[in-house]
Amino acid sequence: MNVSVVVFPGSNCDQDAVRALASFSGRPVAQVWHGDPALPAATDLVILPGGFSYGDYLRTGAMAARSPIMEAVRRHAYEGGLVLGICNGFQILTEARLLPGTLLPNKTLTFVCKPCTLRVERTDTPFTGAFRPNQVVQFPIAHHEGLFYLPEKELDELEQRGQVVFRYASPEGSVAPEASPNGSLRNIAGIVNERGNVLGLMPHPERASDPVLGERDGLLVWQSVAGWIEGGH
Amino acid sequence: MRHRAEIVVTLKSGVLDIQGKAVFQSLQQLGYGELEDVRVGKVVHLLLDAPTPEKARELARGMCEDLLVNGLIEEYRISLEAAER
Repeated sequence: MNVSVVVFPGSNCDQDAVRALASFSGRPVAQVWHGDPALPAATDLVILPGGFSYGDYLRTGAMAARSPIMEAVRRHAYEGGLVLGICNGFQILTEARLLPGTLLPNKTLTFVCKPCTLRVERTDTPFTGAFRPNQVVQFPIAHHEGLFYLPEKELDELEQRGQVVFRYASPEGSVAPEASPNGSLRNIAGIVNERGNVLGLMPHPERASDPVLGERDGLLVWQSVAGWIEGGH
Repeated sequence: MRHRAEIVVTLKSGVLDIQGKAVFQSLQQLGYGELEDVRVGKVVHLLLDAPTPEKARELARGMCEDLLVNGLIEEYRISLEAAER
């Protein structure tokens, strides 16, 4: 699979993503500068990495969402290509309106950096095919703005369309509000667009892809994407 | 003609204002028992070159819609005044 990682000024998880994906796929991973007008041809998966693009000025992800490369990312998504926004990348996707909602500051008023457990809600997306239904996995989080917000009615519609893919959960899989590290509405940790080819995720699968780092559940995301692509999608 | 636009951006009512909450608690600790609520927003100043105030306001509104404001959670108001050269 061919992966491109977009680098914004202030990204700081771009190399984590490059390393995780290069190691997994055995192929070089392209790094694309935010000012570039186009993605490398034959890109299967675009990753918008974590970090503090544009210093989080104005609103997290706001300026990055308007940078030149995002037109190419939008086109890629429109044509059915896969897009994964991790952490700040998720914030950028909401600001770019490629995903609904927004990420507000954590209810704890603090930056939260720790391992957390998640429950997968759907296994029929390009990003979750390798998971077992309702599987609980562990990815780290590291963010200050991770409280997913949508007005109540739109949140209901999002749920009805099955767009919630990951929720913060207890290790046993309970999604009670106490299991959420940031107060995210309905424990939402990751959502897809209606078509299912764009995923935004606050936790970091790329930091859970190497046994040296202690967690390997992130590999399931890459295995899912590889399986999806090999399946001829 | 130059115009100075002041744009005040605030969170919509109903959207939890974590920053306002923290400031509220801090002011209460300082003894301001009369305090009932705090909302924190931001101010953006623009210096614009436009032929008329109407055009300047239209430009400022466009900038709010395009970048400065996230309409899902925020609202804004624009005040305009003529700026000296």
